[in-house]
Amino acid sequence: MAIITVQRPKLAWHEKAFISTLFKGLKITLSHALRTFLQIAGKKPKVTMEYPEQKWDDQLPDYYRGAPALVTDEHERERCVSCQLCEFICPPKAITITPGEIPSDDPWAKVEKRPKEFEIDMIRCIYCGMCEEVCPEQAIFLRKDYAITGLSRKEMVHDKKRLYEIGGQRVGLVNKWNELK
Amino acid sequence: MPTVTREYEAPDVAAKAAMQAESMEATTSDIVGEKMVLNMGPSHPATHGVLRLVLEMDGEIITKADPDVGFLHRGDEKIAENMHYNQFVPYTDRLDYLAPLANNVAYALACEKLMGWEVPERGRAIRVICCELARISAHMLGVGVFAMDVGAMTVFLYTFTEREKIYNLCEQLTGARFTTSYTRVGGQVRDLPDGFVSAVRKFLDELEPVIDEVDKLLTRNAIFMARTQNLGVITKQEAIDWGISGPNLRGSGVAHDLRKSNPYLDYERYDFDIPVGTTGDCYDRYLVRMEEMRQSVRILRQVMDKLPGGPINVADAKGLLPKKEKVLMKMEELIHHFIIATQGIDAPPGEVYFGAENPKGELGFYIHSKGGGVPYRLKIRSPSFINLSILSKMIPGHLLSDVPSVLGSLDFVMGECDR
Repeated sequence: MAIITVQRPKLAWHEKAFISTLFKGLKITLSHALRTFLQIAGKKPKVTMEYPEQKWDDQLPDYYRGAPALVTDEHERERCVSCQLCEFICPPKAITITPGEIPSDDPWAKVEKRPKEFEIDMIRCIYCGMCEEVCPEQAIFLRKDYAITGLSRKEMVHDKKRLYEIGGQRVGLVNKWNELK
Repeated sequence: MPTVTREYEAPDVAAKAAMQAESMEATTSDIVGEKMVLNMGPSHPATHGVLRLVLEMDGEIITKADPDVGFLHRGDEKIAENMHYNQFVPYTDRLDYLAPLANNVAYALACEKLMGWEVPERGRAIRVICCELARISAHMLGVGVFAMDVGAMTVFLYTFTEREKIYNLCEQLTGARFTTSYTRVGGQVRDLPDGFVSAVRKFLDELEPVIDEVDKLLTRNAIFMARTQNLGVITKQEAIDWGISGPNLRGSGVAHDLRKSNPYLDYERYDFDIPVGTTGDCYDRYLVRMEEMRQSVRILRQVMDKLPGGPINVADAKGLLPKKEKVLMKMEELIHHFIIATQGIDAPPGEVYFGAENPKGELGFYIHSKGGGVPYRLKIRSPSFINLSILSKMIPGHLLSDVPSVLGSLDFVMGECDR
């Protein structure tokens, strides 16, 4: 086990009188200033980003955890079968599901259930991604939307219609209801 | 019907008032009212969050300090009793919110100790990367804010540029910049993404010049030295007596680091040094933090040089959520998936304590399980809370203008202190 004792420096007279340290500090500041000028001139990549005009979106990874949303598949079927596993796992209890039955004349009647109502309270949501992790139907996904705003609390509760609007259609998911049964 | 007569002693109001006055006099020792009580915080920029200090002042000199914590209390320990072990992971992000990855790892390790699991080699290496990145991030902020508290604004801006890069790495790794929630009991959410190792290497190459730059700006700076040296001295014995941990303990000259004394995550395999201070003042704590960042860079380089392959999660299939592809198509796995998601991991009954060396000190989780998916009691030993307890002993005798530098050098986070 190596232990090193941190050294407390003894200052020389010119350091105590701020003569050499003044120049040392100025050198660092000026080098940064020069770098900033180069950045403005476009010679070097900028450190900052002018947010609403420039966005980071294309750098976000695919698994970025933004606003959760429901998806439909290429057959326009609601993926959610209202098993309520996400409602159960959600740590801040932001999800409320009311299960409903699919009428027997529907082409997807064999799926039997879909959500009658599906609400996510975006004020409560902490974007942890556990709903996506536990969903056994690939129905809920965390999207790349991060600027979720609203003028009222009611507006911040995303209902089923809004969730499908955000989620849209997603192709290439596992279609177990087509092959089996 | 028989009647019962009882005698009650009427309280002697006058005697009680006299006693109270006497006790008040003993605590304030200020009969003529020459001292002034000053409230610092809870919303004061130098108190790093919502710490309230009730200071009794004699002119410019503080005679008594009374730290008042609890403004950020959210009842995390109680919340933990009502949810599964995995559901609590997002709450650990919000303890020491400057190093969420390190908290995730510490919590996961505590739970795994209860379950009796051990993450495979690659998982352990990934966790070391997480911990050390978090340590650099936290110390970068600690040093930057400390410098800003004593008047050097520039350092803060330079260190924050580097922290931003760490957040970008976190985003690549976990999908979120700040609330990482990366670990689960028994493993990680996902493996390292492609190009992550080279990104970390590039970051480390850029980081080292910045550490040197901060070093140049502060270490031999006469103003910084005058504002930090021989201030807020914690002697070796005091630090041990008050249970101080982390860089604050090492600044006082005690070479105690859980990564060395109680190695977890294969820390014994990596070659690194423990920096210790000599006097235990604010300046020593700063020096220790600077050196720890350099040691973290060393550890990170070693981990990435010999990053093992293989699985990242424990092999115990009963405790983890099964693979998603299997859940979608196979009955057996689907049933298992539902059981784990609804009932949680069936933990054995027992009590465990695990302390990890976090950037702020020893973050410990004490879990009392009575079996089943939820803990019966979960106690968080938060380093910031214990490091702050010494304030009432440390601050008296200092000038009011020295309080920000003492607070800055202790480098605490109220989210963890009040939890």
